[in-house]
Amino acid sequence: MPNGKETHLGDVILRVEDLHKRYGKDEILKGVSLELRRGETKVVIGPSGTGKSTLLRCINQLSVPDKGRVWLEDVEITHARTNINHIRAQIGFVFQDFNLFNHLTALRNVSLGLLKVKKMTSGAAEARAREELARVGLAAKVNSFPAELSGGQKQRVSIARALAMDPKLILFDEPTSALDPELIGEVLEVMIQLARGGMTMIVVSHEMGFARAVADRIIFMEGGGILEEGTPTELFTCPRCERTGQFLRKITELYGETDGQ
Amino acid sequence: MTFFEFAGTVMPRFLAAVAVTLELTAVGVGAGLVLGLLLALTRVYANRVLSAIANIYIQFMRGTPLVIQVLVIYFGLPPYFKAVGLKPLSSLAAGCLAMALNSAAYQAEYIRGAIQAISSGQMQAARSMGMTKAQAVRHVILPQALRIVLPSWSNELIYTLLYSSTVYFIGLEELSYASMKVASKTARVFDSYIIAAVLYLVMVVFLSRILSYAETRLRIPGLSVEERGR
Repeated sequence: MPNGKETHLGDVILRVEDLHKRYGKDEILKGVSLELRRGETKVVIGPSGTGKSTLLRCINQLSVPDKGRVWLEDVEITHARTNINHIRAQIGFVFQDFNLFNHLTALRNVSLGLLKVKKMTSGAAEARAREELARVGLAAKVNSFPAELSGGQKQRVSIARALAMDPKLILFDEPTSALDPELIGEVLEVMIQLARGGMTMIVVSHEMGFARAVADRIIFMEGGGILEEGTPTELFTCPRCERTGQFLRKITELYGETDGQ
Repeated sequence: MTFFEFAGTVMPRFLAAVAVTLELTAVGVGAGLVLGLLLALTRVYANRVLSAIANIYIQFMRGTPLVIQVLVIYFGLPPYFKAVGLKPLSSLAAGCLAMALNSAAYQAEYIRGAIQAISSGQMQAARSMGMTKAQAVRHVILPQALRIVLPSWSNELIYTLLYSSTVYFIGLEELSYASMKVASKTARVFDSYIIAAVLYLVMVVFLSRILSYAETRLRIPGLSVEERGR
């Protein structure tokens, strides 16, 4: 259990500094800063509409922040001259609603980036895609199209798609929120394996069991800012902010403690 | 002379005309697809100025009759062609050009609609793994959009085939023009037009068949499964 122990963590791989983002009149991010270390699993929790997804999207520039900077290792992602495609190829992104390419089989979904971004040969890309699909338990589904898969299978394909690119970190944007309750476990299980295997990841999630089991640190966001950050033990047993405690009690009541084990 | 004897004697002329009709249709729809695709991509992805220019072109071509476009290209442009030292277009070239320029505007709108029907998440997923916008359009958006467009594209193909008769105004002997000529020369008016009509029908049925076969072949498994309720 990595809980509370951070000795397995490496140097800082991602640094976010004072991110601001506004959509029209609404200020969604009001100055968010954080650091992510190699091998770390950070779980971001908080009520909806507090900018958790926007934070992830600003990290890989799917949304362009109004202010603030982001570094991947020593490259400033937010710098105008940085080749964003080159950066994105190193940061996996898993979406709430999967966004698998509907016209391609599971295999081609995973190999497309290898072929077009990493310029691998088709043989090598296919072999790698098969390997990643096997890793998420979908060796038998390589030739299925997204519409032929269950939600949990789709999300596992999309995790395989992210993994195949050999990312330095993966951002998960509520990866189980669009799933039927009985399908959440299979996706969490894959994510738990990843976290324990040393993958660096930021996970926006309401799955408290998952957070407890694998988060090195949990961030509680509210109102566009980080209210509290700490180890699961710190946050679950004695949150410094009364608000964090309230939220945790409420969310545990609502979602229970499914931990996908 | 029975109807069939008559049909047999005039058939060579009709078939030559069918070839012209098919050529007009193929070039019109084919070149129109290429230009229409460029127009649609410009409308959706290019900057405001280029997008506006594409839109003006589309509105102009869809807002004026094909016959006027044919007449302008065949009779209206040659003086300007001469001024810059170009040879005037043959009636076949002018007809093909008009059909293509016209069809492109309609196809552009079909394709634009299909592109915009693709969920924005598809583009985001492609970009998030490091693909350029062009790669994402090429490998993710268009393969899906073109499948959506196929049914309306079948209509466009049939319209183009039927409206190719418009080039009769510049004296190009396609199927309608040939039937008119034969009708007035032989005085077998009804028979002449019936032969033309049947030939059109055969072409339309044949093309529809090919396209619905293509639709079936290109269907994405698991998607768009037709379920007929009661």
